[in-house]
Amino acid sequence: MLNVGLTHFLVISVTLFSFGMYGVITRKNAVMVLMGIELILNSANINFIAFAKFGNYGLQGQIIALFVIVLAAAEAAIALAIVINIYKTITNINVDEIDSLRD
Amino acid sequence: MTESLMINIAIAVLFLPLIGFVVTVFLGSKIKQIYFFENIIMFLSLAGAIILVFFKLSSFGDTTISSEFVWIDLGNTPLMGDIKITLGIMLDNIAVMMIVVVMLISFLVHIFSIEYMRGDPRYNRYFAYLGLFTFSMSGIVFTHNILMMYIFWELVGLSSYLLIGFWFEKKSASDAAKKAFIVNRIGDVGMFIGIMMLYNAYHTFTFDEIFYQISIGNLPFNSEFWLTVTGLLIFAGAIGKSAQVPLHVWLPDAMEGPTPVSALIHAATMVAAGVYLIVRIFGIFTADAMLIIALIGALSALIPATIALTQNDIKKVLAYSTISQLGYMIMALGVGAYTFAFFHLITHAFFKACLFLGSGSVIHGMRNEQDIQKMGGLRKKMPLTYYTFLIASLAISGIPLTSGFLSKDGILAGTFAFANLTGHWLFPIVGFFVAMLTAFYMFRVIILTFHGEPKNREKYEHAHESKFVMVMPLVLLAGLSFFFWYTPNPVNPNDGWVLSEWIKAPELYTPESTRYDFMIPDEEYISHIGTSSEMMYSEKYAEALHAAHYPAMILSLLMAGLGILTAFLFYQWKKISVDKLAERFKTLYNWSLNKWHFDELYDATVVAGTVGFSRFVGTFDLKVIDGIVNGVATVTRGFSSFIGKFDNIVVDGLVNFMAYLIGFIGLIFRRFQTGKVQTYLIFVLMSIVFLLFLFNSF
Repeated sequence: MLNVGLTHFLVISVTLFSFGMYGVITRKNAVMVLMGIELILNSANINFIAFAKFGNYGLQGQIIALFVIVLAAAEAAIALAIVINIYKTITNINVDEIDSLRD
Repeated sequence: MTESLMINIAIAVLFLPLIGFVVTVFLGSKIKQIYFFENIIMFLSLAGAIILVFFKLSSFGDTTISSEFVWIDLGNTPLMGDIKITLGIMLDNIAVMMIVVVMLISFLVHIFSIEYMRGDPRYNRYFAYLGLFTFSMSGIVFTHNILMMYIFWELVGLSSYLLIGFWFEKKSASDAAKKAFIVNRIGDVGMFIGIMMLYNAYHTFTFDEIFYQISIGNLPFNSEFWLTVTGLLIFAGAIGKSAQVPLHVWLPDAMEGPTPVSALIHAATMVAAGVYLIVRIFGIFTADAMLIIALIGALSALIPATIALTQNDIKKVLAYSTISQLGYMIMALGVGAYTFAFFHLITHAFFKACLFLGSGSVIHGMRNEQDIQKMGGLRKKMPLTYYTFLIASLAISGIPLTSGFLSKDGILAGTFAFANLTGHWLFPIVGFFVAMLTAFYMFRVIILTFHGEPKNREKYEHAHESKFVMVMPLVLLAGLSFFFWYTPNPVNPNDGWVLSEWIKAPELYTPESTRYDFMIPDEEYISHIGTSSEMMYSEKYAEALHAAHYPAMILSLLMAGLGILTAFLFYQWKKISVDKLAERFKTLYNWSLNKWHFDELYDATVVAGTVGFSRFVGTFDLKVIDGIVNGVATVTRGFSSFIGKFDNIVVDGLVNFMAYLIGFIGLIFRRFQTGKVQTYLIFVLMSIVFLLFLFNSF
């Protein structure tokens, strides 16, 4: 049995974060971008829990992870609502083309 | 008849002609017959004036009825003290007699004009102007303060301007109107300065208060000299209005107006206003002032009389005779014959109005022919006009049984007495000489116009007696030229009611040291004789006047007879050839014919001087003032153009450079502003990586 330590968790977390960030940056579809954000949030969750387990912080990490899950759910709801509204106005959810705030 | 009722009637008499004017002038173009309203108004005014004169003379005696109200009250003003101007009406014997003369003649002129002016395109407006004129004149008559008199004085100037220039299509008429207006202004400036000097000294315009202040020894600038000057300045107004030398030039030209207007202006109203003014303020003239007044009067009696000898325009002769007669009045006032001066004003008003209206009748009958050389023989065609004209001429020449004889004799006796007391023999000599001239030129007009053979057959054939409305005023005025209206005794006016009861002796207010010694009242004598106008000032004067009465009468009669005889010799019997005489005394003849060259003199001096000065000022304006203005403009423009260039190049350059710079920077930085979320995210990531490397905390 491998001795699973803090480093493994962190490596998974970094990997997950990188995938998420990659998705956010490269995907054109707004829903895919949101999914990237979910990945980033979850990588943060892993970090919290890993530090809570291996560090001497009691249950604080787990509590914050719970908050983050709740927050992520709320965020997903709001963000999807925004995406639907954008779609209703410009019949497109391609983030490349949503740049009217530039001007 | 109470005092307040008298005042109310006076106000009605004053304002009725104004109502007539307003109604006629505004409805004139709409209602053809509106002139009839003006005539009715004038009749009402005349009736009011007759009521006034009747009750004033019969039941009020010597009391002066007056009423006033505060017109402007500015309270206590800085620098000027209390300013309070009252207007009011004063009725004394002089005023009511004057108003009845004014209203009567104005009414008769209205009646006469109905026929004379018929067919004129501005018929109604003519009557409106007559109404305005009558209103202005009655204002002068009724006033109880000198400011109100000045106001109406100017109104008379305005309405005379309108009437003289009534036929303004003719250049000569509009010129004459302007001349009358401007020449009058010259005198009025003096009058206004005089009024202001009185106001400065006494802070009031009211006659009574001014007289009271002078009588208690309160003089303008505390000096008798300035009292003389003030009196003379006010007299300057009278010189202008009464057409005295040297401001007489407007009156002959004023003949350009319609003939009834000449009758109104030159008989009873405008020119009488000057004499009336002097009568009103007679008490403030010092001996020096009176001497100058007498001198002006004598000159004005003499010079126009000599001019009238040779004039051929019937109205011009009458115009010059008017100036001459007014000169008589002014001279009479100057020598202290106050009552006779006012008496002559009244009698002259009637016979001169008769003469003017008579000449109007002749001109009308002869179809606008005014040259007496082209008339003749009209006696048969126009008998009524002839006889009334003759009666009035007898009156102006001073033939017994006429009113003119009484008043003129009184004036001549006054100058005689004055010369006796002071040694100024110039005045009686001028007076008697002018009496002869007057008789001569009046009968010259009569003979050339009515006697002899007609010179213009065609016009003569068409001549006819005027209609009733034109003859009726003539007959009435000729009737008023007889003696019995004024006195029962045809040779001594002092017996009559006019002089012994109606015209009162003048009250004098000047300090006794400034009067002629015969004008210093002699208390004992006055209480002995009672107040009678004949014995005006002192026993000495009364005796001199009494002694002068019969000699003056006989001499004036001789002079008038001589004048009439000469006229008949020259023109009726042709014993002496006028043409040869004119040839022999060519210089004198031309001098008279050209009116002593007054117009040329004024053209060469005053008019040319004014025009030259105006031209100089105009050039000065054009060259110097405009030059300065233009110079300033050029300098300002140059400076502005420099500032403009600086603005355009330096300031704008800086501003534009800044804008360009910022635009350039913006051009660079807008590249980063893509609006795409993912690009920003990459920037954030790269920044974090960069910061991590920078701080290298791991």
